[in-house]
Amino acid sequence: MLQMIEHVFIEQSLVAAFAVVGGLMLVSNLAARHLTAGRVHGSAIAIVLGLVLAYVAGTYTGGKKGVADLPVFAGIGLMGGAMLRDFAIVATAFEVDVVEARRAGILGIVALALGTIIPFIVGALTAVAFGYTDAVSITTIGAGAVTYIVGPVTGAALGADSAVMALSIATGVTKAVMVMVGTPLVAKLIGLDNPRSAMAFGGLMGTVSGVAGGLAATDPKLVPYGALTATFHTGIGCLVGPSIFYLIVRAIVG
Amino acid sequence: MTILGVALLALCTLIGVFLGDLLGVALGVKANVGGVGLAMILLIAARSWLLAKGKLSSGIKLGVEFWSTMYIPIVVAMAAQQNVVAAVKGGPIVLIAATVSLLLCFACVAFLGRFGRSDTPGSDAVAGKSPDAPAPPSGTKA
Repeated sequence: MLQMIEHVFIEQSLVAAFAVVGGLMLVSNLAARHLTAGRVHGSAIAIVLGLVLAYVAGTYTGGKKGVADLPVFAGIGLMGGAMLRDFAIVATAFEVDVVEARRAGILGIVALALGTIIPFIVGALTAVAFGYTDAVSITTIGAGAVTYIVGPVTGAALGADSAVMALSIATGVTKAVMVMVGTPLVAKLIGLDNPRSAMAFGGLMGTVSGVAGGLAATDPKLVPYGALTATFHTGIGCLVGPSIFYLIVRAIVG
Repeated sequence: MTILGVALLALCTLIGVFLGDLLGVALGVKANVGGVGLAMILLIAARSWLLAKGKLSSGIKLGVEFWSTMYIPIVVAMAAQQNVVAAVKGGPIVLIAATVSLLLCFACVAFLGRFGRSDTPGSDAVAGKSPDAPAPPSGTKA
């Protein structure tokens, strides 16, 4: 019996994922309404639940893809993978207010620049504080603080040590997870309640998954604005990480 | 027809990602530069074009809007497949680098957001005066 159910889940992986995520959303919305009196957004709870499940599954399977490493939940991997994620992000643009987006244009550029430079400096300084002295390692860890894609791309381009690469990726993933969880908590404090600040937020945070998750949990209407700027972040990071940033770091540490 | 909306969305996504790849190659980067952002701009353009032509049917809308409402569940599925174990295991260097950069960036959001809000009337005038600054200057910059 159990085996037959398992078989259905594996054969109908994407359909099963829809059902599982739907159930998760339902539980989260009920929890949001009854346990927090609507103070916490249901999607925020769902995202945190998703992360918790990913942690539990990760310790159980030893894999890198959270729940998706379990064969019965392989469909979650497809549903939450880059292809459908990007497809759905693009769809959110349908509700973008063009005037708002245009108005925040320069703000978006400033945010992108700051969002690349600040994390890099912080990451690089942390690396130095922990005893790394070579330009390649410092640059790779610094780039990881930008996003978890910029880190390995930079590291691979510079020929960094694999342990440093892992550290760099972990920094980026931690940042993405913290953005997802932390954004709804600080949203009011930092004035994240309008398209303009959402665009600044997207450019500054960079990580598309973090921005998307964080904004979805704060106010789904803001998602397209944040995504619009965040999507340029990784590309810019990959551009300047192994080039300008590396040269600057090498000039400083010798 | 609903499929037309889905197809429009798919077409915009494919073209955008392709352009992002081209941009990456042109810049010598091993990554897609702003592909999703370019796709979003294409979709916004397609929407206003259809609207102006009076051809934005409810089917097309349904096809796109269905996917935009599926966005949050997809993000939940995405969260469920993150390498959270690695993030937790990374230790202090990871935590410090991530937390400090995050706090500084949050502070910047607060600063930029406030800065933006306080001069909204002024920037309105600027936006009105410069038709040569198209919708996504962030895109051209990239």
